[in-house]
Amino acid sequence: MAARTPLLAILLGLAVLAGGLQLAGYDAAAALTSLWRGAFGSWYAFSSATLVRAVPLIVVGLGIALAFRGGALNIGAEGQFYAGAIAATWVGLHVAGRPAVVAVTAVLVAALLAGAAWVLVPIWLKLRFGVLEVISTLLLNFVAESLVSLVVQGPLQEAQGIYPQSDPIAEVARLPLLPGTRLHAGLALALIGAAALWYVVARTLWGFRLSAVGAGPRAAEISGRIDARRVTAVALLGSGAVAGLAGGIEVSGVSYALFQNLSPGYGFTAIAVALLARLHPLGVVAAGMLFGALEAGAGAMQREAGVPAVTVYVVEAVVIMVVLLADTGARRAVGARVAA
Amino acid sequence: MTDSLVLLSGFLAAAVRVATPLLLAATGETVTERAGVMNLGLEGIMLGGALAATLGATAAGPWAGLAVAVLVGMLLAALFAAVAIGARADQIIAGTALTLGAVGLTGTIYRQAYGIGGAGLALPTLAPLPIPGLSQIPLLGPALFDQPMPTYLALLALPLVWWVLFRTRTGLALRATGEGAAMARAAGVRTGLVRTVATVVGGGFAGLAGASLVLAQVGTFAERMTAGRGYVAIAIVVLGRWHPLGVAVASLLFGAATALQYVFQSLGLDVPYQLFLMLPYGLTLLALAGAVGRARAPADLGKA
Repeated sequence: MAARTPLLAILLGLAVLAGGLQLAGYDAAAALTSLWRGAFGSWYAFSSATLVRAVPLIVVGLGIALAFRGGALNIGAEGQFYAGAIAATWVGLHVAGRPAVVAVTAVLVAALLAGAAWVLVPIWLKLRFGVLEVISTLLLNFVAESLVSLVVQGPLQEAQGIYPQSDPIAEVARLPLLPGTRLHAGLALALIGAAALWYVVARTLWGFRLSAVGAGPRAAEISGRIDARRVTAVALLGSGAVAGLAGGIEVSGVSYALFQNLSPGYGFTAIAVALLARLHPLGVVAAGMLFGALEAGAGAMQREAGVPAVTVYVVEAVVIMVVLLADTGARRAVGARVAA
Repeated sequence: MTDSLVLLSGFLAAAVRVATPLLLAATGETVTERAGVMNLGLEGIMLGGALAATLGATAAGPWAGLAVAVLVGMLLAALFAAVAIGARADQIIAGTALTLGAVGLTGTIYRQAYGIGGAGLALPTLAPLPIPGLSQIPLLGPALFDQPMPTYLALLALPLVWWVLFRTRTGLALRATGEGAAMARAAGVRTGLVRTVATVVGGGFAGLAGASLVLAQVGTFAERMTAGRGYVAIAIVVLGRWHPLGVAVASLLFGAATALQYVFQSLGLDVPYQLFLMLPYGLTLLALAGAVGRARAPADLGKA
């Protein structure tokens, strides 16, 4: 049932969408056709809409999978993404004249470090005061959004001082594009990251510890002599770093500048991506592409069929709910069999 | 009154106004979490309540708006309960999905119902209802006794929720369910039912909170207008240590921190306004660090 359930969930989600649109008086067939065309209709649509949209979802989703696997509920990826984007922009504005390899590396490393730094406060609050990371990472999202607003009207504002956005970053700081498309090298980074995370989770001792802590910190400490607090802290730190990196990739590969609403909620949608993939790194790639396709198609649906793009969130919600219910049911069935 | 008194009085009134939706949502979530359920869908339910209030008020006046919002809140919470309690699925995931779905659904319905023009001017709202006599009290009068109806509802709900939670058998069963569902079941409590009811009650409050945001504060609906208030309400429950009185104090603290920006603006200080936007969240984090050490979450919170 590994791959069948999500596929079934998607079909059900699209069926709900079609039914709802028909009821609301839209032409459901035309809307779904546009959705498909916008996501897969041409090489350009697939490469420059679907895949470009999928990259941040995959990268952030990997970070969330890492944290959730260790039992750390990082709901603050949106804030960490913005922290990374701010750092990437700042560095990207100051590297003109350097070799491209150096410039891009500097931008991405800055983003990685900023994302990690942003999650340090929740880690400290959790270890020192026992504050739930669900709450602290969440609250810092709002702080990060205000911080973006602050810097694009302050230190990072474009030279003329009119628009609330930064100047474009130096050419050398931009990720290379696939010729004829808007697809950038961030996709390669996302795929390498997924393979690396898969290796760590499935093939290393630390990955085993991570899963043990995620399954039950007390049991891991007692029977496995694992320092659960430390494992959780490292997972959160890595998670923040990866979400920050996603912000850097977005600036360096897509927007080339910083502004408010740079992320249309990647940090939250990526939670759904990671959960849909059942926290499996390679599954995150597939789920990220699926949601990327849905959101790319939604844009076309709005342009061509007049259906608001936000409707795809309903599809996403249905997909998550169906997978969630199927998994819970399967777990219970296994449990019943073991008990019997 | 001197200028500074006028300013202070206005500040307090603004603090209570900002705090009202948070207080309503957090009071409901206190009931839910005391039964052992964490509803991250609160954000989506508030959003659903906000749109329901807009539609209801446009069709049949602000009171109908309030009622419809409560009903929709309860309905959405029942949906969450069916998945998270009925099917015993992960509460965090179910809540996230509910919020995601509510963002999509409200955005779609709103555009379908109002087009690009929006609900804006046609929407009847709830004016402040000054309570004769009490509203004349200097300083506190305007803050507590010259507010729209939802604020009074929030203030009345506080002692009621406290009484039910801590002075009735129902409340005992509810808290027992949150602290140790297995033991409660052994003692004859129908924990599934208790959790479902607690979640649906919490949803009603969240719906009302969304309605108060539209009808008593902002005056119109906008996509994603709750802007994280549902999540903030969950933080407030933690900050208020799962106790109605603590939740009231925490909501007011957050409201005051938000209202501070109006004061500083009127004083004409040259400080970036974004710093004031950050302030309530920063203060909440600080307060959590100070408060949580001595507080304890219901032992079975979040467990299926």
